[in-house]
Amino acid sequence: MTSRIPRVPVREQDPKVRATNFKEVCLGYNEEEALLESTRCLGCRKPACMAACPVSVKIPFFIEQVKKGNFAEAARIISIDSSLPAICGRVCPQESQCEGSCVMGVKGEPVAIGKLERFVADWCRENNVKFTEKKQLNGKKVAVIGSGPGGLACASDLAKLGYEVTIFEVLHKPGGVLTYGIPEFRLPKDTVVAAEIGNVKTLGVKIETNVVVGRTITIDDMFDKEGFDAVFIGSGAGLPKFMDIPGENLNGVVSANEFLTRSNLMKAYKEDSRTPIYVGNKVCVVGGGNVAMDAARTALRLGAEVTVVYRRTEKELPARAEEVYHAKEEGIKFRMLTNPVEIVGDEKGWVTGIKCEQMELGEPDASGRRSPVAVPDSHFVMDTDVVIMALGTSPNPLIVQTTPGLERNRRGGIVADESGATTREGVFAGGDAVTGAATVIMAMGAGRKAAAAIDEYLKKKK
Amino acid sequence: MYKIVRKETLTPIITLMEVEAGRLACAAQPGQFLIVRVDEEGERVPLTICDYDRKKGTVTIVTQAVGASSREICALEEGDSFVDVVGPLGQPSEFISLSDEQISKMSFVFVAGGLGTAPVYPQAKYFHERGARVDVIIGAKNADMLILEEEMAKVCDNLYICTDDGSKGTRGLVTAKLEELLAAGAGYTQAVAIGPMVMMKFVAMSAKKYNLPLVVSLNTLMVDGTGMCGACRVTVAGKVRFACVEGPEFNAYDVDFDEAMRRQAMYRSKEVEADHKCRIGRGR
Repeated sequence: MTSRIPRVPVREQDPKVRATNFKEVCLGYNEEEALLESTRCLGCRKPACMAACPVSVKIPFFIEQVKKGNFAEAARIISIDSSLPAICGRVCPQESQCEGSCVMGVKGEPVAIGKLERFVADWCRENNVKFTEKKQLNGKKVAVIGSGPGGLACASDLAKLGYEVTIFEVLHKPGGVLTYGIPEFRLPKDTVVAAEIGNVKTLGVKIETNVVVGRTITIDDMFDKEGFDAVFIGSGAGLPKFMDIPGENLNGVVSANEFLTRSNLMKAYKEDSRTPIYVGNKVCVVGGGNVAMDAARTALRLGAEVTVVYRRTEKELPARAEEVYHAKEEGIKFRMLTNPVEIVGDEKGWVTGIKCEQMELGEPDASGRRSPVAVPDSHFVMDTDVVIMALGTSPNPLIVQTTPGLERNRRGGIVADESGATTREGVFAGGDAVTGAATVIMAMGAGRKAAAAIDEYLKKKK
Repeated sequence: MYKIVRKETLTPIITLMEVEAGRLACAAQPGQFLIVRVDEEGERVPLTICDYDRKKGTVTIVTQAVGASSREICALEEGDSFVDVVGPLGQPSEFISLSDEQISKMSFVFVAGGLGTAPVYPQAKYFHERGARVDVIIGAKNADMLILEEEMAKVCDNLYICTDDGSKGTRGLVTAKLEELLAAGAGYTQAVAIGPMVMMKFVAMSAKKYNLPLVVSLNTLMVDGTGMCGACRVTVAGKVRFACVEGPEFNAYDVDFDEAMRRQAMYRSKEVEADHKCRIGRGR
């Protein structure tokens, strides 16, 4: 019988302590906690959680195994649908997906599905349990562009089906946003990310770094010279947006992408790193998404006093509630209904402040969202040394520009149907490259769908 | 791994290396650049592509030891390898889209400053081979700092050397030589300047007096070099552009050089250097 116990809280590093280090914030469940939490799952016959998971992890089934203490079997069940469970267990927005649909959440707290997934994945890694089950090689080759979550998900599904898969990555390390974007304190690189990418490689997937598709080789080259039978584009949304306001090119204004890439990919947060990073004393982060929270919390850990500036109210913050909560706990200030209009600097061209206007929420627009409007004569200047622009990103146009027959929509995304098929035969796409910036798990879902579609396509083609 | 198959010490602080990078060598075009990393902890260092050999699958780069990372590059020996070499990056020189016939009617003057001589070389070679008139002005601090003089002489019609101290060629600045040639009616149809930002700024001022079209190649800061970080932002014709993907070459008369110079020095200024130590946990 299911107990009426409350959701088992997860242990975290003390906010005061973690604000001074880059170690993981969330410590995860231990065996005892995981066992206890697993008993809260009702094992619904029509599991709403599963339907809400973009990669359809068989949630009640793996939790059933956790209840019995069969952690390896639980992990095997997850591995059928996800090759990155330790990552997803950490960075998925469970509250709006699996946990958001959990019946336990109707009257109380949903089952901590994410934390259980993380526990199972971490247990596997620590106990060196691996799943390498795959079909025999079928002689067909698929190229995957980008080693982020979409590319990794697509590649592992195809490898399991017997395809010879090569991932082409532009940076020197694989992982895409998992490596350059999400900070160490949310997603440890050397342990978690490297291990799960290692698992994908164990399936036989080759990863070639330092390849700029569209420059080093083109998609035409992949088909004509390198003998690939199909291509999946999971190149993400890498181009940072700026506000186009005066002063944006002053020294001290950086994109969140630049700031995070310096810290995460280039390890600039470490004392011995050869890549510099600058935070000054005061940092202002513009934007309210997960990337804004990551940038703010990184700047805080580097010793700055950090304020997040957002033009709507806290209710509209696009970041996960947990990230905002963590940021606040660590001492990050939030200034809502504040819109930057200019960045001011000194005579040497360095940032000294950010000029903002006060906003208020107006009437709901066509989408039903109340859009912010400026309060007249409400300008003020906040002192700051660094401004980090976290306004979202858009897809890089390079691949479309260098691939005949591939079309792009008005927002810069690659045109692709539900299955990922693009306007060019044999070329599939998914994730942020199609939709614009979204989440790790949405990209993985798109990668899986495209893998199935590529399998269909190549079977038919013969 | 990307093996260094040839190393040549051009001056005590400037080193030329031929590096194995098959795909890159096959795809490289004049005007483009690449990024190298010396080892697992290394910075991503952008360098212009000085030459490429498609048959051998090698690219040639030239590095001046000025900072920690460039000193590490120069310290590598023949047989050593870079852990990473990625490219080609950026847009090729816009003139390579011209037909050979169009090129043959052009008259180029290239102005190369210091290390900028390296990226001028493949362009001069490309256009010279296709029948264009090519004059090259190389500026260097002194004779010891002069690079690729012999190689350049083979791929141009006239080579002019300017040194600050007169130890080789004419004593004086490249801009003086350029203006002298233009005043004498050299009849150039296109100028290209590659070198320190400040040199390019002054070449633009000189060339403008004679209404000579001028292209410059901007060596901005960058991290990834693929459009992801935006560290390379420059204002061109009043618009913000990313030098790494939209450049590195731009119409000189549209470039805000003062801003570009200031931005280039961002991490070089003293306060940042002093700041760049581990600050984790400071004051808490």
